[in-house]
Amino acid sequence: MIPVSLTDIQGVLPETIVVIAALAVIMADAIRRGHSGALLPVLSVLGLAAAGAAAIFLWGTSGTVFNGTVFADGFASFFKVLFTVIGILTILFSPHYLKITGVRLGEYYALILTAVFGMMVMASAANLLMLYLGLETMSISLYVLAGSQRGDVKSAEAGMKYLVLGAFSSAFLLYGIALLFASIGSLDYEVIGTFFASDFHPGPLLVSGLALLMVGFAFKVAAVPFHFWSPDVYDGAPTTVTGFMSTGPKAAAFVALIRVFGVALAPASSLWSGVLTVLAILTMTVGNVVAIRQTSVKRMLAYSAIAHAGYLLVGIVAGTKAAFAATGYYLSAYALMNLGAFAVLILLNRRDEGSYRFEDLRGMGFAHPLLGITLSVFLLSLTGVPPTAGFFGKLYIFSAAVEQGHIVLAVVGLLNSAVGAYYYLRVITLLYMAKPEGESIIVQPAAYRFALVISALLILVIGIFPEQLLRVITLAVP
Amino acid sequence: MLDLAYLIPFFPLLGVVLNAFFMRRAGEKTVGVLASGMIGLSFLFACGAFFTMLGMAPASRRLEIELFTWVAAGKFEAPVAFLIDPLSLVMMLVVSGVSFLIHVYSIGYMRGDPGFRRYFVFLNLFVFFMLLLVMGGNFLIMFVGWEGVGLCSYLLIGFWYTDDAKATAGKKAFIVNRIGDFGFLIAIFLIWTSFGTVQFTKLIPMASLYPVGSGVITAICLLLFMGAVGKSAQFPLYVWLPDAMAGPTPVSALIHAATMVTAGVYMVARANFFFTLSPAAMTVVAIVGGGTALFAATIGLVQNDIKKVLAYSTVSQLGFMFLACGVGAYVAAIFHLVMHAFFKGLLFLGSGSVIHGMSGEQDIRHMGGLKSKMPVTYWTFLAGTLAIAGVPGLAGFFSKDEILWKTFSGGQTVLWLVGLTAAFCTAFYMFRLVYLTFHGKFRGAKSAEHHLHESPRTMTVPLIILAVLSVIGGYIGLPHILGGTNPFGQWLDPVMRPVAEGEVMAHHGEAATEVTLMIVSVLIALAGIYLAHSWYMKKSETVKALGESALHTMLLNKYWVDEIYSIGIVQPFVKGSELLARYFDMGTIDGLVNGLGSFFSWVGGGVRRMQTGVVQNYALFMGIGLLAVLAAFLMTTLG
Repeated sequence: MIPVSLTDIQGVLPETIVVIAALAVIMADAIRRGHSGALLPVLSVLGLAAAGAAAIFLWGTSGTVFNGTVFADGFASFFKVLFTVIGILTILFSPHYLKITGVRLGEYYALILTAVFGMMVMASAANLLMLYLGLETMSISLYVLAGSQRGDVKSAEAGMKYLVLGAFSSAFLLYGIALLFASIGSLDYEVIGTFFASDFHPGPLLVSGLALLMVGFAFKVAAVPFHFWSPDVYDGAPTTVTGFMSTGPKAAAFVALIRVFGVALAPASSLWSGVLTVLAILTMTVGNVVAIRQTSVKRMLAYSAIAHAGYLLVGIVAGTKAAFAATGYYLSAYALMNLGAFAVLILLNRRDEGSYRFEDLRGMGFAHPLLGITLSVFLLSLTGVPPTAGFFGKLYIFSAAVEQGHIVLAVVGLLNSAVGAYYYLRVITLLYMAKPEGESIIVQPAAYRFALVISALLILVIGIFPEQLLRVITLAVP
Repeated sequence: MLDLAYLIPFFPLLGVVLNAFFMRRAGEKTVGVLASGMIGLSFLFACGAFFTMLGMAPASRRLEIELFTWVAAGKFEAPVAFLIDPLSLVMMLVVSGVSFLIHVYSIGYMRGDPGFRRYFVFLNLFVFFMLLLVMGGNFLIMFVGWEGVGLCSYLLIGFWYTDDAKATAGKKAFIVNRIGDFGFLIAIFLIWTSFGTVQFTKLIPMASLYPVGSGVITAICLLLFMGAVGKSAQFPLYVWLPDAMAGPTPVSALIHAATMVTAGVYMVARANFFFTLSPAAMTVVAIVGGGTALFAATIGLVQNDIKKVLAYSTVSQLGFMFLACGVGAYVAAIFHLVMHAFFKGLLFLGSGSVIHGMSGEQDIRHMGGLKSKMPVTYWTFLAGTLAIAGVPGLAGFFSKDEILWKTFSGGQTVLWLVGLTAAFCTAFYMFRLVYLTFHGKFRGAKSAEHHLHESPRTMTVPLIILAVLSVIGGYIGLPHILGGTNPFGQWLDPVMRPVAEGEVMAHHGEAATEVTLMIVSVLIALAGIYLAHSWYMKKSETVKALGESALHTMLLNKYWVDEIYSIGIVQPFVKGSELLARYFDMGTIDGLVNGLGSFFSWVGGGVRRMQTGVVQNYALFMGIGLLAVLAAFLMTTLG
């Protein structure tokens, strides 16, 4: 037994706080069963805020703790802050949504917290087993969250599908880890990195391990052709959960991708970068082309989420520090705009839960100025129009790719952005260029409005001052 | 004071934030005073900057404030920077000053409107972007402001969105402006690739190394001008402006008369270092400007909607400004821009007061005799009319006359005649408007007459201030020939130096001609007024006869330009996109999607579509994907 020092505990302070908050939420729910009011969301937000503050406090540290299995570096800190922001925004949107859909589930908030905990572990894992633990903690929470609208067939189905396919991909990942261990004899990123940096022999066992590892990741980021689960799950899950799932876990998977493939496996990039290039092209193209054809805005955003994973993969292929910083920037921007877009959709959906028809948005921009303007900001950012954050995310990623000579990837990415513009701007057109069908009254709770405005403002702020954020991330890139 | 100038655009932005988020329960008065106060602060700071700069030597009147680097990716670098020089200061003063008056006026005009707070948020946002546009130190910041004002204009035109026609007008403005903006954007790209920078102060010395008539400069100028044509509503893209009158009248005064629509003129004047190098582009600017001045003025002759007359008048006056730019008289163009902001802002606000008093009626055929009921509105409106008509001693006389003189002395005799004719039309249609609205007997319904009233103080005070400016404003540019020193020209001289030198030379030796031309244009203006008087003050048979003529029908229908666009452009476009939808979208895109689908279906062995919703299928696809990845990895190693 290796003794645990204070430095070790300090390194995982944000994780610890989140777990304590999750436990507190469960207990509060148990004690005041059904009469907890705003207590649970408030507790959760406070817990996440404290964890975020702890992560900021840890900024500037470097190295590993817990005997080299956990990173306590700036990169981990940055993403922990991002995860807490995603968690807080999700929770601010949730009470209203749970009320209108009639979901009564005390565990809902606790599960968001445990999922955030899982993501944090993924971001700071320095060891494949640690990564796997984080991944499973996150995934299991998400399986339950996806099916949490128990009265709704689609939600139950989404939860079940996600569970089955997720288990499938976890098996691939675990098998890949096992094969790597068999060939290398260690699970530490550092040892793996040293192994590949030396003159290694790419035997079939080792290469199969790498392939399985990549497939496992590809599933988690919903890269084509491992994306099939995501449109159905995103579409079926409660919309707040969809917003959460499409941002946080994706960011967590990308941090791990950067740490494993981008850094540890970088010396062996000739082995995997070709396959990843093909995956990136497929993901961008299929996501965008299929998104055009959707009749439900929610499903359209689900496909567009696939496309964005494709742009992000370009950053991994480019493989430089600048590219990873760009990926971090893009993930931050993407989290804000995607969460925000789903949140506005929840309010604008006027028919039965789950329909999210394009026609419902007709003329809503004028009738509900705040919703119209914030949704426009989110969509313009998703399209990649300056001066929104989405534009600079694409600019940084594609210019990093071009610098590394990946001209084809950049061109495919740009063409895909143009395709994306078609379906995003179509929504804005509907918002402002058509006559509304009758009057509509939309309840907009204060917390909800606050979260929307903050997200939209942040998108503009990091779009107007992109260099500042990029510089911060660049400092942290491993 | 000067180094605080960067704060100027941020006051209105602060107003936007405060009103949008913190004034949800505040009363109308608080919202209105806050919004106006923020613009007032901008104006005060602009005045401070102006007086500071006035105390500096003319050659050193230039300050660049770089706030931060906006984006630096590879070689591309664009700072957020402001350029404070005599030209931008003039614009800052006009924009913040006139905006302030119109904000105050709006408090009265919009009273009781359910969208009161939204209105002021949009209006403040507009001023922010407009200040960004005129203060931007490079083309990129200018473009951000340019797009921003367009957005606000569009939101405000469609302010009363529940009315279908008004929403359509907003849409039209949006689409037409996209055409112009496209040109502007391409111009910026071209400048970037040719010079490696988009910063004005760096471009000026670089551009001067190019020979006169260089192809790339001409291309840049024409593309920039394309943007200006869209924004400043020149032929053939002017069609959106008359429709834009659907918005609230103070918006028409602020955005569609005094400030935003003049952005194109400002942009050409700002880029004078390019335009001067391209005689070809200058000729295009002059011809489009002069042509539009006359074309729009003739349409204005017969319109019956009080705001439509003023809208066509605006298009025509903007044409005068471009005519001035086209003959190299940038100072005259900016001079007329400022004077126009005064008197056209005044006329629009006056028309708003009339509409307010008439409870929404805009047709001048149903008005008449308002003089006694709305004396303040009448006298101020008359002052504006005299100014725009070019009656000696008032604002419009000096500025319009300077343009005509520069056109003539520049050797453009034909364009001078065109301008002179337009000036005649201007005097005529403006007095027709005054006579039909304020003189004679009231021709509307009895109930409307009973309701007639003068507007509240918040509306009449801005009218009076603008009226005073319209009367005396012209003296800041009193020409040498009349014993003045043209302080306005001297002020702008450093920005327009190469051109201004030529102007000074032209002054000597032709004094006699200048006086003669001045007398000619005065006579022309008086003739227009006389004709309007004799036709509309007395019962004239000529008017009746003309009213039935083909010419009248043609003018009333605005040369059928809207119809021509509809048949020639809009309908083919709609048809084309339908065809595209049918054959490309359904054929190609569907084909692509389905093709991809059937590809995987084939791989999946009998599964019809990929997204079946069946978990077993998905697992199967994933398995196949895994095999493919595995194969690829192994092949990479082996190969």
